[in-house]
Amino acid sequence: MSSILEECAGESCAVNAHSIEDYQSELPRWCKGCGDHGVLAGLQRVMRKNNVDPENVVAVSGIGCSSRLPHYLRTYGFHGIHGRALPISTGVRLARPDMKVIVTMGDGDCFSIGGNHWLHAIRYNIDAVVLVLDNEVYALTKMQVSPTTPEGWKTNTTPKGTYLQPMNPIGVVVGMTNVSFVAQTATWLPAHLDETIEKAWEHKGLSFVRILQRCPVFMPQAFGEGGLNFPVTFLENENGIPVHPGLLKRGPAKPHNHLDINEALQVAASVDPAPMGLIYHNPKLPTYEETRFGRRKRPDHETFLNRLNSTMDRYAV
Amino acid sequence: MSGPRLVRLPESIVEIVSDAGEGAQKAAVSFAQVCAKAGNGLWTVEIIPSEIQPPPHTTGSASGNRIRLAERNPVTNVGNLANVVFAFNEMALLSRYEANSVADDALILIDNQWATHAIESYQRSYKEVLDMARGKGATILEIPLEAETLKYVDNPQHGKNMFAVGLLCALFNKDLEILKGVIQNVFKKKTREVIDTAVRVAIAGYQYGLANLESQFDVPALPTDEEKVAMNGNTALALGAIAAGFDLCSMYPITPATSASHVLSEIFEDFGGFVHQAEDEIAAIGVALGASYAGKTALTITSGPGMALKTEFQGLAVMTETPLVIVDVQRGGPSTGLPTKIEQGDLLHCLYGTPGDAPKVVMAASTIEECYYILATAKKIAEELRMLVIVLSDANLATGQQLFTRPDISQTPRRTPLDLSPVAEGSLPYDWDPVTGLSQRFIPGQPGGMGVITSLNHDRNGKACYDSERNQRGHQMRSRKLAALQKSLHTPEINGDEEGDLLLVGWGSTKGAIEEAVEQARANGIAVSSVNIQFLSPLPPGLKQMFSRFKKVMTVELNYSDDWDDPLINRENRRYGQLAWLLRANTLLDIDCYAKVPGRPLMPVEIVEEIQKQVSPEPVTSNL
Repeated sequence: MSSILEECAGESCAVNAHSIEDYQSELPRWCKGCGDHGVLAGLQRVMRKNNVDPENVVAVSGIGCSSRLPHYLRTYGFHGIHGRALPISTGVRLARPDMKVIVTMGDGDCFSIGGNHWLHAIRYNIDAVVLVLDNEVYALTKMQVSPTTPEGWKTNTTPKGTYLQPMNPIGVVVGMTNVSFVAQTATWLPAHLDETIEKAWEHKGLSFVRILQRCPVFMPQAFGEGGLNFPVTFLENENGIPVHPGLLKRGPAKPHNHLDINEALQVAASVDPAPMGLIYHNPKLPTYEETRFGRRKRPDHETFLNRLNSTMDRYAV
Repeated sequence: MSGPRLVRLPESIVEIVSDAGEGAQKAAVSFAQVCAKAGNGLWTVEIIPSEIQPPPHTTGSASGNRIRLAERNPVTNVGNLANVVFAFNEMALLSRYEANSVADDALILIDNQWATHAIESYQRSYKEVLDMARGKGATILEIPLEAETLKYVDNPQHGKNMFAVGLLCALFNKDLEILKGVIQNVFKKKTREVIDTAVRVAIAGYQYGLANLESQFDVPALPTDEEKVAMNGNTALALGAIAAGFDLCSMYPITPATSASHVLSEIFEDFGGFVHQAEDEIAAIGVALGASYAGKTALTITSGPGMALKTEFQGLAVMTETPLVIVDVQRGGPSTGLPTKIEQGDLLHCLYGTPGDAPKVVMAASTIEECYYILATAKKIAEELRMLVIVLSDANLATGQQLFTRPDISQTPRRTPLDLSPVAEGSLPYDWDPVTGLSQRFIPGQPGGMGVITSLNHDRNGKACYDSERNQRGHQMRSRKLAALQKSLHTPEINGDEEGDLLLVGWGSTKGAIEEAVEQARANGIAVSSVNIQFLSPLPPGLKQMFSRFKKVMTVELNYSDDWDDPLINRENRRYGQLAWLLRANTLLDIDCYAKVPGRPLMPVEIVEEIQKQVSPEPVTSNL
């Protein structure tokens, strides 16, 4: 009895507690069976769990199916342009460190047209939850090859099959200087997805999460038909993403020290089976905004004017 | 003989050139400061080689400054041909002749060590260049610059420039005490020993001058009580950005814009701001836009190639009606073009570079003083109209130094904290006023204002929509803000009479040279006037009526146009200068242009020549 009361007091019954509806906007217009729905629900759940005020969240995206996500959240949102969600997010954090920033991008959006921003955002280590919804294809533009499309697969721009091996984005991220959080999950593992998003939400710094999800319309066969036949290994660590027994029928678990960059690099280099869980974590790295704000003075108006005056003295004749 | 003869001059143009690294820049800065402290009006501009360490003793290695000092104040432009050139070697001198920068009757001061130098080719070229200069009518003073300097320092590379400053101060009859003070200030970060040596060498140069010069020039100063400052346009932009209340400048290095960010990087944090150097030009504007969206209007500074990369984000700023200020310090284009040289080639790109219809405000600074004030105006317009404002400067303003009245810092507005109060129930994110298109924006953190802003076409609710009616409406509302702003602008003031034979229309940094040329032509009895247009989008009201009162209207611009007498060129296919193009479309008047791309500022004298050509009875245009 008391446990129910406690739960009630701690969550939805509390006076100022938010409900899921507080984070819901219009009805999503994604295709039936698209994994984007699950990511949206996961984000709404994590916000409710943390009872965050929706006005203090900014969801930023680029262009693509997954980039519609901010439209479906009742937070502040910026649906930007292709590949450029990360610079916008960096600007938001530099102006408003009081805002929680969520970034959603697709594989083409992040790894291809936004590639340069992706690398540098990892190095800046701004505080943001960065989710890449990777369906291994350009879907909104109707099935063109993406950097992660498996070799030989047919798309509208590679009708006889793709020419190149797919990129391993996890390897790129873990190899980047100043990386602080890297995880991989999949939409066909809903509990694992939710717990990964939660972990990413808690991390101070750039939490990079690659979410595998098939496109039911243009690439239904991807990821072994959406996980049915897709080899994975779950990374096990008491501080990582929990590996519930139910997951083990999808693939084996192996112990992994996500605090060790060398171990993380090794795991990041393996793509078959795909590593699932927290691959690397360094909770101690300062964020870019902390570093920059730390050196910045906050002069009052008088001091501001005095400083401007003495600066002008340098140019006085 | 009681020393040199004193010649009074209303103004003089001095160029100091050396191999890169020999200190001509520092010499020039010191000399300019001496003139400024003496009360002269001043414009200085850097002569910069395009490489960091070009091969020495070549024309490509010439580095230094041009200083125009005058009795009157302010001096508004770099002036015509140089009257005095102090060259550390003959190739540096030759580079100034090659740039068509030297008056035929100039006074040339040059280090005579090359006449007897161990390298024979130097001896030869020294003689050739001096013969050429003499042939044109120059007076040559051969100075034992290296030999004299060696009496005081072991390495003449660190001293010749101070000897030169001393000598120039003697030539221009400047006060030795002022010179000492200036040198102490210029070297204030160096050791006592370095400063003392510099002063000693400068005094030696000064005394050498008094002993050996036949005549001295006296450019007197008009007395004034006004406090003045001297800085270049990029510094003025940087200080102006701070005064305007910006606290983020997001940029990527590009010549000739970057020095503004250098100034900001050094001091911005003391004022509560900072410079973010982004990974590329696109990210630079993206970060600025993100910060602006989050409530802190930001600034990004770039030049032509960077503007090209920023166009997609400009469209996003326009579509989402997010305030943003971009400064474009123009250089020669297209492509990498002339990175260190002046051009006004980005006007039409700024107006129309963004795909689709993207109404935005475009303004141009015409003086270095204006560079200080313009960003406050730009920020205010950006915020009040939720618009993108592009501010155009150019390499001439960026690297030139001008004296202007010290800004009154006490007038700097107080910076207000963000208003994060709840949004009134029922408010819409794009609650466009149907007449002006204006609307109130919501800032993240404001309860009740949650919603997405999108690059897609959207309606008053901010919702993406694809129907024709709401697409037309969105365009109307974004466009109407420009009309609303235009209503608040004044017709620009005419320099000269309100009617006449010829009106010259300019924009940006050519203002000073155009006005000076007009003044001269009017003194010669020509009915010419000029006007400078600060707002290029929207154009100010009253231009057509103004233009109609002149027999001929022509723009004067530093960008490309076909000449009437070029092969194949006729009325049908002639390509006009960019402002001419804009004004022809705006007024439906047959506006001509004098628009070219010399890679240097226009000289008043060449504008005077063009004025004379235009008002002469001979027809200047081949009409068919």
